Amino acid sequence: MNPLRVRVRRPGRLAAEASALLVAVVVAFPLYWMVLGAFKPAGEIESSEPRPWTLAPSLDSFQRVFGQQEFGRYFLNSLVVAGCVVIASALIAFLAATAVTRFRFRLRTTLLIMFLVAQMVPVEALTIPLFFLMRDFGQLNTLGSLILPHIAFSLPFAIWMLRGFVKAVPEALEEAAYIDGASRARFLWQILFPLVLPGLVATSVFSFISAWNDFLFAKSFIISDTSQSTLPMALLVFYKPDDPDWGGVMAASTVMTIPVLVFFVLVQRRLVSGLGGAVKD
Amino acid sequence: MLGGLLVYPIYQLGLISFFEYTQAQVSGGEPTAFRGFANYAELFGDPQFWQVLLATVLFAAACVVSTLAVGCALAVLLTRVRAVPRLALMLAALGAWATPAVTGSTVWLFLFDPDFGPVNRMLGLGDHSWTYGRLSAFFLVLLEVVWCSFPFVMVTVYAGIRAVPVEVLEAAALDGASQWRIWRSVLAPILRPILVVVTIQSVIWDFKVFTQIYVMTGGGGIAGQNLVLNVYAYQQAFASSRYSLGSAIGVVMLLILLAVTLVYLRLLRRQGEEL
Repeated sequence: MNPLRVRVRRPGRLAAEASALLVAVVVAFPLYWMVLGAFKPAGEIESSEPRPWTLAPSLDSFQRVFGQQEFGRYFLNSLVVAGCVVIASALIAFLAATAVTRFRFRLRTTLLIMFLVAQMVPVEALTIPLFFLMRDFGQLNTLGSLILPHIAFSLPFAIWMLRGFVKAVPEALEEAAYIDGASRARFLWQILFPLVLPGLVATSVFSFISAWNDFLFAKSFIISDTSQSTLPMALLVFYKPDDPDWGGVMAASTVMTIPVLVFFVLVQRRLVSGLGGAVKD
Repeated sequence: MLGGLLVYPIYQLGLISFFEYTQAQVSGGEPTAFRGFANYAELFGDPQFWQVLLATVLFAAACVVSTLAVGCALAVLLTRVRAVPRLALMLAALGAWATPAVTGSTVWLFLFDPDFGPVNRMLGLGDHSWTYGRLSAFFLVLLEVVWCSFPFVMVTVYAGIRAVPVEVLEAAALDGASQWRIWRSVLAPILRPILVVVTIQSVIWDFKVFTQIYVMTGGGGIAGQNLVLNVYAYQQAFASSRYSLGSAIGVVMLLILLAVTLVYLRLLRRQGEEL
């Protein structure tokens, strides 16, 4: 029993619950409006009397989104980029976090501070030198030019967060494993890995979102070959500052948001315990 | 990997900021010329830079304070309610969190659209344009930033409160401490490491806001009235092809955030945490 909850009297709790629901509605409203806008027929969305419902839902906007350019291709590109980034950064971050937590070596503290500093770097400023780097490596207009920088930028935060999880695993467990004859690799993958999995999920959420949402790298590095474009770029096609196609924008936004939402709902429970664990240490 | 993709570009960034680097040099038409601190001199002599810097600091501060206030208040609220409202609020927050910055920005823009948006209709503002005025445009972006970043604060602080041993709170309640007293004297000190992490992360993220400004104000607003440093650097580099000036702005941002890092490290050290 949580004493905080016991102490709150009934009217107080009802008020708290009512306000929680109210906030939930306000927070969810933009999302609702987005989905609604995607289903509204063309005439209704640009009416001067916006209504919070629609009587004639239509799939026109979605058809425009999927029909225009190669939307499926962009979707796949985004998926490939986000997938590669999540898997690669999870693996590297796991090994790196174990290294900086379990081993004492020279420059360890320096390395840790560097991870922190790396998070402070404005990604946008680094776009300029990265652009030249990608050009020199002939990586412009390829998905590699998006995957590599995203891995690099999601790693510092991932390592910093995972440290707490690796730290929480008692060292006695490691010694016991070695006494029982487990090799270092076996301990790493069969004992430590499952134990820090919640933390890995929490950090993966961050790398997934940053890779999926990115529009800066895509805009800067994919300059001429539109077949390598990603979803955020496709979204902007519908958004012309002087005459935006709101139906198209809302439908494209919906399509773009749904995978992230699914991902979130799947990991929701682990995320809460994961974040709690990361900051407890 | 990290060395290649983070350290080298940072080094390059510093290097470029000391050179004359425009379209002519990129295409190889002219040799790059060393300019020393000329780029910085030009930057610091530019009144627009100072104006943008001031706007960035104020805007980031407003975002951080609002995000933290909303996030912490809702985290406490979450501990007071039963499962159903808690789940509703959690799901709504996760939805906002999951929304990509680009889509979030466009949806908020649509909500506040002068012609077709529901907000003006509800408030009876007619065709008042939110992106026209400098302050109201910043306010609109602020709302969107808070909307998409408070969930991180809320979920983290909530997880932190849940991790506080129940006995501690029971003991405080038995000793007759009031709710406010429990928060101030028991919860806040225990949660301090979490609050520090959350604050620093918010500072880093809000100081570097890019997508929201870029999308919602059309690349910096009318006559650049809504520029923040990040967008300003990007515009200088890629729109005006003045890569060296853009790099110089990047270096200035890096230095400001480095100062923040040092404060963070000192806070950690004062708590006696070993790195």
